Amino acid sequence: MARSHKPVVWGLFAAGGTASAFLVPVLAITLGFAVPLGLLSPTDLSFDRVYSIVSHPLGRLVLFGYMTVCFWHAAHRTRTTAHDVGLHNDRVTMIVCYGAAGLSTVLAALFLLSL
Amino acid sequence: MNNAPYIRPMPASWWLRQGRYVRYMIREATCLFVGLHALVLLVGVYRLSQGREAFEAFLEALWSPAGQLISAAILIMAVIHSVTWFNLTPKAMPLWIGEKQAPGWIIVAAHYGGWFVVSVIVLLLAGGLS
Repeated sequence: MARSHKPVVWGLFAAGGTASAFLVPVLAITLGFAVPLGLLSPTDLSFDRVYSIVSHPLGRLVLFGYMTVCFWHAAHRTRTTAHDVGLHNDRVTMIVCYGAAGLSTVLAALFLLSL
Repeated sequence: MNNAPYIRPMPASWWLRQGRYVRYMIREATCLFVGLHALVLLVGVYRLSQGREAFEAFLEALWSPAGQLISAAILIMAVIHSVTWFNLTPKAMPLWIGEKQAPGWIIVAAHYGGWFVVSVIVLLLAGGLS
């Protein structure tokens, strides 16, 4: 069988779909609404606390993995759906979608390593 | 001779014609908000790396009316993604117990249960278990 990049990207798509299904709603609430609504105290999301969690080796690793699979989930689904809205040049769609995901992944690594 | 595959011309708005096509398109569009959520995290990590003032400005922007609108859009689309994703799990990964296939609703219910537990754990951890 010819080798292709398909299983890798599909694996990232599925992993991202599952991870985001479990985590995006609660993270959107935690980061976007919990403090304004008084569900959490401002100190829970203080610079010192967030920095110590995110810069911990485990924090960096988990956050990098989570962001990566989210990016690739979005990229792959956008690519397949582009065809349905009349964008039939899959080569261009693929370069744009996977290019954006690849760039975001690299930036995530750089930012996390710079903490 | 042109050997390119023939693609029947379709208006880009074909999916607006039927409710189930619209629902399909909304389901697919959730991925843009999953990506947006990850971009918010990316900006957050970047601002965190710039220091205390930058991170506090990031939170202020996130909690401004415009920021909350973005969070609300992410939350709504994310819930649609979770529901549609979990409802498809019996088809994506059927569970065999011996010779028998486990009923689909058990697999779906297990995912909803897991979703609830994960959400509570994240909120408790964010609150420092208080």
